[in-house]
Amino acid sequence: MRDKADYARKGIARGRSVVVLQYEHGILFVAPNPSRALHKISEIYDRIGFAAVGRYNEFEALRLGGIRYADINGYTYDRTDVTARGLANLYAQSLGQIFTESIKSMEVEVVVAEVGDTPEGDAIYRLTFDGSVFDEHGTAAMGGQAEAVGTRLKERYRDGMVLAEALETALVALTEPGGERPPVNQLEVAVLDRNRPHRKFQRLSGPRLEQLLSQAGAAPAEPASASGTVSETGSGAADTPATGPEGDIDTGSGA
Amino acid sequence: MASHRDLPAGMVSHIFTNTGNSSFTEFVGSYAPELLPGRNDTLAAPVGDRIPHATTIVAATCAGGVVMAGDRRATSGNIISQRDIEKVFRTDDYSCMGIAGAASTGIEMARLYRVELEHYEKMEGRTLSVAGKANRLATMIRGNLAMAMQGLVVVPLFAAYDPEVDGGRIFGYDVGGGPYEQFHHHAIGSGSIFARGALKKLYREGSSPEDTVLTLIQALYDAADDDSATGGPDVTRRIWPVVAVITADGFRRLSDDEVAEHVRTTVDARMTDPDGPVAPLR
Repeated sequence: MRDKADYARKGIARGRSVVVLQYEHGILFVAPNPSRALHKISEIYDRIGFAAVGRYNEFEALRLGGIRYADINGYTYDRTDVTARGLANLYAQSLGQIFTESIKSMEVEVVVAEVGDTPEGDAIYRLTFDGSVFDEHGTAAMGGQAEAVGTRLKERYRDGMVLAEALETALVALTEPGGERPPVNQLEVAVLDRNRPHRKFQRLSGPRLEQLLSQAGAAPAEPASASGTVSETGSGAADTPATGPEGDIDTGSGA
Repeated sequence: MASHRDLPAGMVSHIFTNTGNSSFTEFVGSYAPELLPGRNDTLAAPVGDRIPHATTIVAATCAGGVVMAGDRRATSGNIISQRDIEKVFRTDDYSCMGIAGAASTGIEMARLYRVELEHYEKMEGRTLSVAGKANRLATMIRGNLAMAMQGLVVVPLFAAYDPEVDGGRIFGYDVGGGPYEQFHHHAIGSGSIFARGALKKLYREGSSPEDTVLTLIQALYDAADDDSATGGPDVTRRIWPVVAVITADGFRRLSDDEVAEHVRTTVDARMTDPDGPVAPLR
């Protein structure tokens, strides 16, 4: 059992971190991600977003299952009856079952977040590979050097930040002290904005994202437009097939 | 079916099983088929006029988009069963559908169709093409054919903004499915013959969304004028038609105040000229 846990922990720590935090009008998701096709952040339902780290095929299966769960519940009852709590329970059950019964546990960590009508109604649940659920307040960090990132995030975080400020906080947390920031075209950013009608989830990219970054008064050293080769992102992307958003391919050796 | 939250272990993994495509209806069909409409045993006797029926829906393209409007009346035979029913539904950010026929079946179909479109979008990370959306609705209508034969006829009208052509597109259906793409304008429901006559004379290609809204309200007024199952604007209760405008900016349902403005224009003019605007002869 301990072997399984160590194996999963190593797999998750290998990738880059993802952070989730509350801001003035909802919840912000930020993930450094060189791939623009393989998402780490996704919409699950009207008010519910999803973020994950670890093995792509595994958290993608969780994401698709979550969408099925949410849509079938919303169709059976009412759209307001789909909650992040219910989804977190489903994931916890499934992750826990796989952890205890399968030879290999899932190498994933997942955040399920729901935006409420007021900041008090927001919910952020973090789930680990063994099915444990953590009810996070304000911020959540996972993957990579999760502890260091989480500490930096908590240091700068305060309630009711505007979006640009929250984004800046997330980027500071994701960057090692003295390290280089991920360029704009390698950032996957999305919000659950409580002021949007119908579906609250919205991806932020391109000019909108650059504008937000410059508003924070700390645009990265090299903006996306500086290089014309947008498709050639990620240093190792050329050598490895795109089976996952990032990181080394897991050989299964557990080394 | 048990609650989806407390499923037994076997069923939990079932929700994570890949069903082969990104269709919500297909998934529900294998997971909980009793939730889908139109799969019941045939009725003992046709229901006919005993259940509420929704009536007239009109749609027309405008500059850079499409407008759809529906009256608010539902009838069961000679009885007005509801004065303020809503028959035009947002199906996603760039499309809507209106329903004519059995109201209950139609509303349920609109609800399922909305989930269907959204489900695909979330699963695949892209929006269905307009043709794809129209075909999907045709399949759902065809699935209801057995119930339609028993009197639960429902026929939708589908309208969407198509970014490929930067304009609106309209699709009609019959009980067997479709779709039949309609150019410029179309109407469905019991008052549609009168509405189509009005639309033919009042429609101007490439007119602004505001003018097109007025055109559709005039057409609905003409339908209500001659068809007993179509409701006109209810001035005393302040019940106005539901009007949806879809452009590159997305779906927008006009507020009651905006519609009231157009209705007032129409009704004021008809005080002196009850048959409405006159189209030029030559």
